Amino acid sequence: MVRLITHNLLACHAKGCTSNNFPLQLKDVQLEQREAEFNPDFLRRFMPKLDWGALVDTARQLGDDSLPLEQPEMFDDDFLRKLHHVLLEVSVEEGAMVCPNCSHIYPISNGIPNMLLAENEIG
Amino acid sequence: MSRPELVAPPEIYYGDTEASKYTQNTRIQQIQAEMTYRAMELLNIPEGETAFLLDIGCGSGLSGEILDEEGHIWAGVDVSPSMLEIALEREVEGDLFLQDIGQGFGFRPGSFDGAISISVLQWLLNAETSHPTSSPPHRLTRFFTTLHSALKNPSRAILQFYPTSDDQIQLITSIAQKAGFGGGIVVDYPNSKKARKVFLCLFVGGGGGQQVPQGLADEGGDERVQFERRRDRETKRKKSAKSKHTQDKDWVLKKKDLYRKRGKEGVPRDSKYTARTRKPVF
Repeated sequence: MVRLITHNLLACHAKGCTSNNFPLQLKDVQLEQREAEFNPDFLRRFMPKLDWGALVDTARQLGDDSLPLEQPEMFDDDFLRKLHHVLLEVSVEEGAMVCPNCSHIYPISNGIPNMLLAENEIG
Repeated sequence: MSRPELVAPPEIYYGDTEASKYTQNTRIQQIQAEMTYRAMELLNIPEGETAFLLDIGCGSGLSGEILDEEGHIWAGVDVSPSMLEIALEREVEGDLFLQDIGQGFGFRPGSFDGAISISVLQWLLNAETSHPTSSPPHRLTRFFTTLHSALKNPSRAILQFYPTSDDQIQLITSIAQKAGFGGGIVVDYPNSKKARKVFLCLFVGGGGGQQVPQGLADEGGDERVQFERRRDRETKRKKSAKSKHTQDKDWVLKKKDLYRKRGKEGVPRDSKYTARTRKPVF
């Protein structure tokens, strides 16, 4: 399963692909929902690591527009619950991730993305 | 028995049969669990804090299960599809990636609060093809530099591995240092053949304030092969049972005296041969 929490950290790592390589675009996705334990402290600590724009864009692409476009200043419980759902409970089971820069395709099958590179793409 | 990393590359060696064998073997499970707990201890994450960790070479999720238990959220990478399939069957909580760590990671800077890796690094020490990107130093460099940037500052990475020689340790530590890591090697039970474990403890940042932890000493009573203690106990019991039968001369004379006093018939008379030590049987 590729949850959005990891998708938000993932950039293309092919040779020479160093700029504009984030976020990877999701294509032909099949989603799955599964419950996870709600941990507000963890989310608060994780906030600085997130790229908010990329997260909201990806979530909207996947048909979830519960998150505000601008990152709020205060994190209330309601907001954290929404964030928890988007980050940790939605996962991509099938589909592909495409690099916006070099268009390398990372296929996802059974919830596991194939990140292997060909010999000439290794940096 | 030759080392598995010399037989075939990991994605081939850990095919379907080897992967299920590995996961079902209770001895491997136990050792992996012990090493994972030790790695967590060395990782030194504050008690009760949920961290976002990277499990390098997660395999079938033996170590990931422990991270789940401890309440951490994690992502795992492995190069063997069969191993990952078993991890899926076991329904581990972490996100899994099919990835060759020698090709480097694509994680954004500062993504993880720490990384662990159990019995993986030795797989990077063999070249599979003659392509320049397949040479061990190149793969190690790529691995350590991308890992260094994927970790937040300050944090730690604990990598347990099985080196065959000091040269290998030297190579790995020098490349890790060049990639920007601080830290060093921690050896647990250095004098034991079976229990000896090598951990590479790498620090990101911290301004040199972090100390390399001490390795465990050799009094590792728990680090023994199953049933070894029972065997010890049984041989000890046998020995003590045997020694009860051989008593010294005074004890024999006293007993004979006692029997005579009680009026028992046929008590042998005392002589210079009474309770003499006999020749060994062999």
